[in-house]
Amino acid sequence: MAREERRRNEERNRKGVKAVPATMAGGGNNEEELSPDDEHIISASEEEDGSDDESKHAKLLEAISSLGKRKRMKRTERSEASVQVSEFSVNADGTGEKVNLSDLLGTMDKTPGAPNKTKQQLKNLQNRKETLELPLSKQQTEKIQREVAYDKSSKEVSRWETVITQNQKAEQLVFPLRQDPTGPKRMEQVVAGWKAKTPLEKEIFSLLHSNNQPIHDPLLTPAEEASIKAMSLEEAKIRQAEFRKARVLQSYYEAKARRERKIKSKKYHKLQKKAKVKAFLKQFDEMMKTDPAGALEELKKMELSRMQERMSLKHQNSGKWAKSKAIMAKYDDAARKAMQEQLEMNKQLTQKLVVPSDDDDDEERNVEEADALPDFVNDPEPILDSVNPWMRGKLTQEHSEPEVTAVATETAVETKDEGQNGQREDEEEEENEEEKLLREFERKRKLRQDEDDDLVPVPQEEKQVIPVDVAEAEEVAGENVIQISDDEDKEEEEEEVVVSEFNSLFNRLMKSSSVPPVPEQTGAEEAELLDEGLVRVRTMDDLEALQQDVVMDTTQPAPASATPAPSMETTSEPPKKKKKKKGIDPNEVLTKEAKVIKMPLAPTVVEEEEEEVHAEQTAIIKEAFAGDDVISDFLKDKRKQEKAGQAEVVDLTLPGWGEWGGVGLKPSKRKRRKFRLKAPAPPLRKDQNLPDVIISEKRNSSVANHQVSQLPFPFQNSTQFESCVRFPVGQTWNTQTTFRKLTAPKVVTKMGAIIEPMSKEDLPPVKESSGAGSGATIVLGEKVEEETKKARRRNPLQKKKKKSRQ
Amino acid sequence: MKVKVLCRNPDDYVRETTRDIQRVPRNYDPTIHPFEVSREYTRALNATKLERIFAKPFVASLDGHRDGINCLAKHAKTLSVVLSGACDGEVKIWNLSKRECMRTIQAHEGFVRGICSRFCGSSFFTVGDDKTVKQWNMEPPGRGLQEEPLNTILGKAVYTGIDHHQTEGTFATCGQTVDIWDEQRSSPIRSFSWGVDSFSCVRYNPVETELLASCASDRSIILYDMRESAPLKKIIMQLRSNTLCWNPMEAYNFTCSNEDYNLYTYDMRRLDVPVTVHMDHVSAVLDVDYSPTGKEFVSASFDKTIRIFPKNSGHSREVYHTKRMQHVICVKWSADNKYILSGSDEMNIRLWKANASEKLGLLTPREKAALNYNQKLRDKFQHHPQVRRIARHRHLPRDLFKQKRELREMKEARRRKAQNVRKHSKPGSVPLVTEKEKHVVSVVE
Repeated sequence: MAREERRRNEERNRKGVKAVPATMAGGGNNEEELSPDDEHIISASEEEDGSDDESKHAKLLEAISSLGKRKRMKRTERSEASVQVSEFSVNADGTGEKVNLSDLLGTMDKTPGAPNKTKQQLKNLQNRKETLELPLSKQQTEKIQREVAYDKSSKEVSRWETVITQNQKAEQLVFPLRQDPTGPKRMEQVVAGWKAKTPLEKEIFSLLHSNNQPIHDPLLTPAEEASIKAMSLEEAKIRQAEFRKARVLQSYYEAKARRERKIKSKKYHKLQKKAKVKAFLKQFDEMMKTDPAGALEELKKMELSRMQERMSLKHQNSGKWAKSKAIMAKYDDAARKAMQEQLEMNKQLTQKLVVPSDDDDDEERNVEEADALPDFVNDPEPILDSVNPWMRGKLTQEHSEPEVTAVATETAVETKDEGQNGQREDEEEEENEEEKLLREFERKRKLRQDEDDDLVPVPQEEKQVIPVDVAEAEEVAGENVIQISDDEDKEEEEEEVVVSEFNSLFNRLMKSSSVPPVPEQTGAEEAELLDEGLVRVRTMDDLEALQQDVVMDTTQPAPASATPAPSMETTSEPPKKKKKKKGIDPNEVLTKEAKVIKMPLAPTVVEEEEEEVHAEQTAIIKEAFAGDDVISDFLKDKRKQEKAGQAEVVDLTLPGWGEWGGVGLKPSKRKRRKFRLKAPAPPLRKDQNLPDVIISEKRNSSVANHQVSQLPFPFQNSTQFESCVRFPVGQTWNTQTTFRKLTAPKVVTKMGAIIEPMSKEDLPPVKESSGAGSGATIVLGEKVEEETKKARRRNPLQKKKKKSRQ
Repeated sequence: MKVKVLCRNPDDYVRETTRDIQRVPRNYDPTIHPFEVSREYTRALNATKLERIFAKPFVASLDGHRDGINCLAKHAKTLSVVLSGACDGEVKIWNLSKRECMRTIQAHEGFVRGICSRFCGSSFFTVGDDKTVKQWNMEPPGRGLQEEPLNTILGKAVYTGIDHHQTEGTFATCGQTVDIWDEQRSSPIRSFSWGVDSFSCVRYNPVETELLASCASDRSIILYDMRESAPLKKIIMQLRSNTLCWNPMEAYNFTCSNEDYNLYTYDMRRLDVPVTVHMDHVSAVLDVDYSPTGKEFVSASFDKTIRIFPKNSGHSREVYHTKRMQHVICVKWSADNKYILSGSDEMNIRLWKANASEKLGLLTPREKAALNYNQKLRDKFQHHPQVRRIARHRHLPRDLFKQKRELREMKEARRRKAQNVRKHSKPGSVPLVTEKEKHVVSVVE
């Protein structure tokens, strides 16, 4: 249709008529039909200013002219105002009129206000020959609109994804999602909904209003409210106490500093300085031990200062003070000493450093030379693994020495005012404690901040935790099931034998479980199905009967699938790791004494008694079974079993076929060979290398009824499933709290509470970078990986630990 | 002489009051509690048996309507109030705790097609076959006064469904078009149509409250945004969908009940393939409603049963039926996640427990702990054949059972046929079509 119209437009253009592009696709047809009338209409419109009569006349003429022609579509007139106007029924009086652009824009040149630019554009437009492109059809525009809207809304909806996945993964969901926080409410909140009703109240209110008392306005700023919301009362109290203490300490320090600054005694300040140096050295030593990297930093700093000293002439005894001292030195002992000190310092600082070399004799020299410097200068760079003592530098072990050397110069001074010094040291200690406190506060605050704006992601442990538990459980179980004690031999080989025997007991399980049946889709599907039947279950007996049915059901198809179906053990035997087995001569093993199996249910008996009892018991047993040759019986039994399991040779030779037959004649060798069918060898027996064990590999149907034959859907392998089953949840095996945690229901609802659908308030606040949000159970504003969240949710213990660490 | 005396702190073993449980010191040494798995297995088995024995889901039946019940609605703010509309134009308001009818209104002539409560619970809307939308006060009129609607809007065509916005005073009706109404106005503020002239259901999204979805007679489901002038998207399925319901906890998921006996859960962002196909009914599914927790939904079917599906499972976990219940036309899940209401052809509203074996009323902490433990055990051993067999056993009426078997056979035959066709044709020429893909004909943008 559109193409047709365009063609028509082109035609019109050729005629030299500029067409205004039609907007409606259907418009063209109408136009075509109406074209004969064009002239009339034009004439009518030209005489627009004429009277009604003329128009009536024109209509009449039109009617007459149309009489003879074929029936034309009736044009409807729009007679009354209505909201909906059909596109087909518009009365288009001027349909045929061609409006030229030049007609419309003819006045453009005359208007002075029009800018030149637009005029130019219009001129260009006039000169253009090709027509404008048609606008898209209604269907197409609508389609585009729809697409855009759909994209927008689906994007909008996707915001919920994080919340939804979180809720899906949550161990427990508590509904309704938004529950009012318990606890006391502030006065304003309580008062907000209340209004004065009685005359007395009204009077009081009016009085209050007249006095400009605050009634409704909040007493707290929004920030304060937010902070109140952010922490609980106790926390706030603790924090407040900390603040108070910190403030007190701060003021105390300030006062102290002021006091010290006022002291004029040079001696005091000198001592102070020295004490500082000492303290620094001590700290540095500490640092070397704990934080080698930091120590290195410090060392570099010291180096730098040393270099600066060397470059400057500070200790050259050339200053003002030194000159005065030099004069005094003749008479004053102390001054001489001070000069000496200065010189020594200078020497120390200006000494050239020797690069440490690997050779031994060099090293000795180095030690001598480097005496002046603290030893750690020569230390190799701190090595990352601080655990390895061999990797550390040797010299670091002699930390005490440099201290001594450094202090040595001071000793004389120190001895003079020991009492004072001691006091000061005490003070220093106190200071240290206070500083420690302050630092502690700082650290705590930082931690809390961290927690506030980003809950520290806890490494996801859940997955690792379970296997560990399982392993432990396994071990425990392994120990508990049977303890095989061997009194006499404690040789390794013997032990290995025991282990391998033990292992092979479980080997079957292991093998069966190591080949997990692939969970089929159909199986999973089937697992979901309800067993809908005609039987109505009302009592326990019915249920028992149901069980019987199961037995029947499972036994019937069993033979078909008995051999290939690897059954999964549900009982508690844990699969143990395979160890290297040794081939053992059965006779050798069998000569040994029978092993005593200790059952787990005798932990209270005292060891010695047990041994006695044990000896007695063996004696009794020996006496009782004196005549029985149990071992040979057992061996016979085993051989029989092995033989029964072996494949038999089937002889299908028919005498007389293809050759002569009769009494005394035997079928030929070739034929016999050909028709003797050997069944494939059965798989190796599990007890092949276990001389004193018979392992029956027949499927026990009574147990099989209770076993899971296929790996259930969510599990990846059989060990996973087994561990899941093995872990008991009951109160008998778990403490009260663990029990409660293990049996927590997945969905918790409140009785009689309406569960509202999720609302926009549950949506996490939109951030530029991340969109993680609050689930039903936890309200975290920050982006923490979901896994860690999950883990944390699973072990609330972790949370506790973290709290206690604070 | 020094005498050593055993001494114990009485706090460790003396009860504070006689109502307390005796303190039993426990030793959790695993060696003295052997066979944990087998013991727990037995417990699990017993727990499953007990669960099945106590599974008595039917709570009450509310009778009083004189024609089949066509629609149900929950009160938005009260758990105990339920509204129902019948095929004779009668609307009844029920008190569930007393199990009695509080009020009866002759609302329409002909069917009451749809009913919904306003979000504040102060009034409710009904639409009927008489081409009217009526707003009613939730409170009964004073003594001696007539039941009069608060508002009546006379439309041009029959309205077939109505739903109210979650937080605002707007509602949506469907009929020849899907119309969005402002409560204050008598003409729709917006009306959507997209090549269809009859809709059967329209539902607001309870989470993203501006979104809507409707089921149309041309087998399509159409999505709308109230703020846009045009619909968003359309899926055409193989058979017609009767109703749909949005998941109240997952903004983009909805489930529709279809004429082809199945239910389909869609993600509105990926409409070409349903997320899950829920099969089990043996006749057309007429209504569906989500549990308020968004974990499960309930469906009502023409096969006279109600089924409960986990939202991501292909098969139902529960089936409810009684001898007297005929075609179930409407179903609702109560807002506290405890009950299910079903309205059926034979003029009764039935109240069911959502969890068949749940004990109603308050539970002592010990009871609760025991139930939780049992639940946990059942979950833990659910894959074991005996437990599974008992837990999954359900009674079905004979004809239903037969129908089900028949359907299964048909399905199997079809599958076999497809398999054979594939086997005997050029490899790759007959592609494997999954069950999910089968039911969507096209997605129209």
